[in-house]
Amino acid sequence: MCLGIPGKVTKTFREHDVLMGKVDFSGVVKQVCLEHVPEVKIGEYVLVHVGFALSHIDEKEAQIVFDFLKSMNQLDELETPSPRDGPS
Amino acid sequence: MKFLDEYRDADAAKKLAAAITRTVTRPWTIMEVCGGQTHTIVKYGIDEVLPTEIELVHGPGCPVCVTALEMIDRAHAVASRPGVIFCSFGDMLRVPGSRGDLLQLKSQGADVRIVYSPLDAVTLAAANPDRQVVFFAIGFETTAPPNAMAVWLAKRRHLKNFSVLVSHVLVPPAITAILQSPGNRVQGFLGPGHVCTVMGYEEYIPIAEQFGVPIVITGFEPVDMLQGVLWTVRQLEAGRAIVENQYSRAVRPDGNLQSRRLIEEVFEICDRKWRGVGLIPRSGYKLRPEYREHDAELIFEVADIETQESSVCISGDVLRGLKKPHDCPAFGKSCTPQTPLGATMVSSEGACAAYYAYGRHLASKGAQAPRRQLVQIGAGK
Repeated sequence: MCLGIPGKVTKTFREHDVLMGKVDFSGVVKQVCLEHVPEVKIGEYVLVHVGFALSHIDEKEAQIVFDFLKSMNQLDELETPSPRDGPS
Repeated sequence: MKFLDEYRDADAAKKLAAAITRTVTRPWTIMEVCGGQTHTIVKYGIDEVLPTEIELVHGPGCPVCVTALEMIDRAHAVASRPGVIFCSFGDMLRVPGSRGDLLQLKSQGADVRIVYSPLDAVTLAAANPDRQVVFFAIGFETTAPPNAMAVWLAKRRHLKNFSVLVSHVLVPPAITAILQSPGNRVQGFLGPGHVCTVMGYEEYIPIAEQFGVPIVITGFEPVDMLQGVLWTVRQLEAGRAIVENQYSRAVRPDGNLQSRRLIEEVFEICDRKWRGVGLIPRSGYKLRPEYREHDAELIFEVADIETQESSVCISGDVLRGLKKPHDCPAFGKSCTPQTPLGATMVSSEGACAAYYAYGRHLASKGAQAPRRQLVQIGAGK
């Protein structure tokens, strides 16, 4: 129910004085209310829930998960694997 | 980067699962709050790749599940009125009330329509000035901004034929109720990522401090969830209990301030009854008096509704993390998604329905359930 789907903003316009836009979800384009992410630019990603953009996705922050994984790789090289790490 | 497939990468998921195994030294019970997260766990078999010391229990974060039976009966009574166009998210249509569900009402002639967004219901009201358009406004904090926007827009556009039947619920009071319940087993939480895109995570800090539980605000993809578990386990093993934000690509500490201002403008906090759990003080939203002309509960008087829940169903214990779907004698037998007996089976995001959809009722009967392996993560790429 609290589904939030990332999509790319392809167009913005105003309707009844509310900021709206077209958002592309990997090929499926929907009309979305952008009133609460007014800073978003065309080409950027928003997180959409029931036709409403809740959040502007931060690309730098999105990278953090993968930076974390990279740092784990470096740690792996330093650490001796524990006996529990059998083949998975 | 499309912010989806990257977080379903099997190698990344395996690496995180291995790190969790290396970190854990003793048993821990962790609850994911959101129904969407429960769905991800069961769909990708995340619990099956975790070390046996980690037990994931499933929280109350499915708003369709916890909507009180009385409210569903009220919705049905309103939807049955002549001249009403009753609009709802699709997941509410099959939730049975005391006398059938909304789909059955539709087949009997009621004008029940599925909408993608509450804003579509506003458009419908503008196009049908001679009809009463009622939207069933359920949800957690995530859904509060779009629902509030619909009411705010209807008021500004003078659409007096638009109203909402509000049954909003809030996460922090539910987490607190779980931690205070006798026999609580939950030692750490994967916090509700999308709720926190709206509200931020500051209100979780005093909960973590008061009850000594780590809360890691977590996203909804497999890599997100495994990282959330790893961070929670790290805190538990180190004896720490703070709020961390795994989902920082979408969640800011103070959330979305415009959304919070609109919620404050349209809604006020109220006591709310949760299906399977009971009344939790200050755990819901209702419309402020300034918006009463859009309040379907006031517009459509519905006589006292009496409901009776199944005496077999243990959904209240499942929602609190005290029991698992398998512990219920009715699970997969008299209780299935087609004939749900209680809260956790009525929506696909409920723990019982998710277990059923991915074949875990077969395991409970001793048969071989289809077992997902971590290598399947990212198989759709």
